[in-house]
Amino acid sequence: MKYTFSFLAVIALVLIAWLGSQIPGMQYLFGVAIPYLAIMIFLGGFVYRVVQWAKSPVPFSIPTTCGQGASLDFIKQDKLDCPTKTSEVVARMFLEIVTFRSLFRNTKSELHEGPKITYESSKWLWLFALIFHYSFLVVVIRHMRLFLNPVPAWLEFLDFLDAGAALQVGAPLLYATDLALVLGVVLLFGRRLVNRQVRYISLANDYFPLFLIFGIATTGILMRYFLRTNIDIISIKELLVGLVTFSPVFAAKIGSIFYIHLFLVSTLLIYFPFSKLMHLGGVFMSPTRNMANNSRAKRHINPWNDPTIKPHSYAGYEDEFREFMVDAGIPVEKELPPQKDE
Amino acid sequence: MALAKLEQLSKSVVQGPSLATGAVPTKDWMETPAIFKEGNFAYPAKKEKVEYLNSQAGLEFPNARIWSPDEDDWKLPENWQEIILNGLKERLGKFRSLKIFMDCCVRCGACADKCHFFLGTGDPKNMPVLRAELLRSIYRNDFTLAGKLFGKMAGAREMTVGVLKEWFMYSYQCTECRRCSVFCPYGIDTAEVTMMLRELLHLVGVGINWILEPASNSNRTGNHMGLQPHTFKDNVDFLAEDLETLTGVKINHSFNRKGAEVLFITPSADVFAEPGLYTAMGYLALFEQIGLDYTWSTYASEGGNFGLFTSNELMKKLNAKMYAEAKRLGVKYIIGGECGHMWRVIHQYMDTMNGPADFLEVPKSPLTGTVFNNAASTKMVHISEFTADLIRHGKIKLDPSRNSHVLPTYHDSCNPARAMGLMDEPRYILDHVVPKWVEMPENTIREQTFCCGSGTGLNTDEIMELRMRAGLPRANAVKHVIDKHDVNMLSCVCAIDRATLTSLMNYWNPGCGVCGLSELVGNALVMDNEKRAMGYDAEGNETELPEGFRTMV
Repeated sequence: MKYTFSFLAVIALVLIAWLGSQIPGMQYLFGVAIPYLAIMIFLGGFVYRVVQWAKSPVPFSIPTTCGQGASLDFIKQDKLDCPTKTSEVVARMFLEIVTFRSLFRNTKSELHEGPKITYESSKWLWLFALIFHYSFLVVVIRHMRLFLNPVPAWLEFLDFLDAGAALQVGAPLLYATDLALVLGVVLLFGRRLVNRQVRYISLANDYFPLFLIFGIATTGILMRYFLRTNIDIISIKELLVGLVTFSPVFAAKIGSIFYIHLFLVSTLLIYFPFSKLMHLGGVFMSPTRNMANNSRAKRHINPWNDPTIKPHSYAGYEDEFREFMVDAGIPVEKELPPQKDE
Repeated sequence: MALAKLEQLSKSVVQGPSLATGAVPTKDWMETPAIFKEGNFAYPAKKEKVEYLNSQAGLEFPNARIWSPDEDDWKLPENWQEIILNGLKERLGKFRSLKIFMDCCVRCGACADKCHFFLGTGDPKNMPVLRAELLRSIYRNDFTLAGKLFGKMAGAREMTVGVLKEWFMYSYQCTECRRCSVFCPYGIDTAEVTMMLRELLHLVGVGINWILEPASNSNRTGNHMGLQPHTFKDNVDFLAEDLETLTGVKINHSFNRKGAEVLFITPSADVFAEPGLYTAMGYLALFEQIGLDYTWSTYASEGGNFGLFTSNELMKKLNAKMYAEAKRLGVKYIIGGECGHMWRVIHQYMDTMNGPADFLEVPKSPLTGTVFNNAASTKMVHISEFTADLIRHGKIKLDPSRNSHVLPTYHDSCNPARAMGLMDEPRYILDHVVPKWVEMPENTIREQTFCCGSGTGLNTDEIMELRMRAGLPRANAVKHVIDKHDVNMLSCVCAIDRATLTSLMNYWNPGCGVCGLSELVGNALVMDNEKRAMGYDAEGNETELPEGFRTMV
């Protein structure tokens, strides 16, 4: 099965980092070289992909209109779903990107005897996607505390909220988003298996990022809550602050679980620009969503429009049919010659 | 192939092997070849039609030949693979949409059951996501690092004749209706993908006759039907005479008249066959009553544009006649009749391809003074916009009771709904021309409307079962309001719909008629000095035009 391969690939990555980081001297590779490489590939690759997209023009104005357009003054325009102004497009895009509005529309159709087709609202995918993406986002932001010295107040506050949301006391504080991220991954993976249509279309590269992120989340959780031997947060922070200030240092021995975590994150960063994860960038650039529906009011320019493509000319048309036209009393540009056509 | 009986097909769509109802194929889709047999493909384009198009300046339609999809050998050019891959490369450079849509899909499956072809056939490759994967797999293989490194594991595969055949099958089982793109979180529009597939297929001479013949007709005679100028005029004259018989009002219309204020262009099907004829009579009656200074054109006698279903070059060439004729005749602006894909071309492509129309004026209704700023650049107004404005300003007198023989529902055509945003103008008109009308269920109207199942040039008889399957979601929603509200008429603003929905209703919902909105406007229109003909209504009483323009007198 396709997910077996993806699963084994992630297991292999874990083993590589686990075994590799125990070889003396290899900590530098897993703690410094690979992370640097990963960040470079991620940033460079991401920019490269976006630039590649931007290089291709948008020849035609092709927004998908999902509501009434602007026309007569007594017809109410749906400004969000059929925007004409830039501000309206921005609002449409904002809600799309921040609230996954198109997924909120999702329906499930069923065929019954009769035949009769029914449609009902289906918000599971929307919900799972929100849980996953937002918890991932908060987890990423929370990690900034490991790179910043001193930790800014807003980050402390976010930390406080996240831990507080999990409604517990004691140390280490459990983060709500840690649970939500794992839950989100599990739900999205479960959906891929349970929904027959999605199962049929899923590729190995749909399962791989799910397993990878699952691996990242669980190693992070293990490190924070369970495998705390040799996890000296001070030396980890020293290493990470050192990385972002381009002066990496190794103060003390750090447990393998940290290297596994870091290696999986590095893999995700490297994998990102070459995969469907680029939807993060693409969602901003989709012409069916980010264009105004004003193509009759304002001319959209196609840079490769070919001016040499002309219609079959009227003159050619009249030449072919002039006799019939004159007979039928249709006005012509050139009257029939006395004897025969030229 | 004979069309399956209603009972058989009704069972088959629910119980047949269908991913839509639960039968998951055991074989991976990449291992499942497309198999052609009579009835599941539209006939290939005739050699002479391809040759004709290829001979036209600005167009390339190579490899004209006699071939058939159900034969093994498609007689492709020797270097067909190279042609296709180069063609794909070129298009990736020309269309950002293609690149983004190839790269961003996460296969979340939101689109899967949104496609009418998938719901009606249950064929996995009719899920929009898989339809796009047919191309995406090739894109990965030849244009992405992941595909080159990991091959099939990354969802890549090599371009083979089998893949090409698959492209042909499934790009012609998509009506480019854009319903999937409404639900996609990235707005991925399968229409864009299918358009590219069809363009690529034309590069190696693979196309269907039902598209290329009307397109070549349109190029030569001005319209899809191939009506020559005198015949086109005869047809309209005939409708005008009928209208005079029905209403007692003499209709004054003209052709190719220089100096008219307005050029009127509608799909030629409206002057060619029922029920479109009644829609055309509606236009004639309305323009006569308001005394519009307008002309028809025999040269630009086609609103529709089968180039949209072929290639952007052909679309541009066919569309260019509209502005060329408007310029030649010296009109101020253009009014366009009811048609779906025609309006996608006008709204989203025309000005870009063939503008700027700086020789025209911003459309202004001569009766109400309304300036159509939404068409300030294209200078082309939709008949529903024009009519709604007349009604709003009380410039026409309407008697809805004249339509009391119908209880309509309204079908949003795909393109006006999802590529234009024309939804409430027709509803506003309906509110004023019929005593009562009802909406179909909310998941089947407006931006979620279902295609007639035969758009984008698929309204050909040899694939009737496919069409009836693909039209099932639309027909089923109509049936819902027939059962619940006794609806007997399906109104729309699309010429392809008027033809295809008629077949669809005859099959799934016999007894339900199909009409253009302008027919209902014409029926309800109170004209000056009218003397309406008498006929017999359903109860046998003699009354004025009991069935509107359809009354036999």
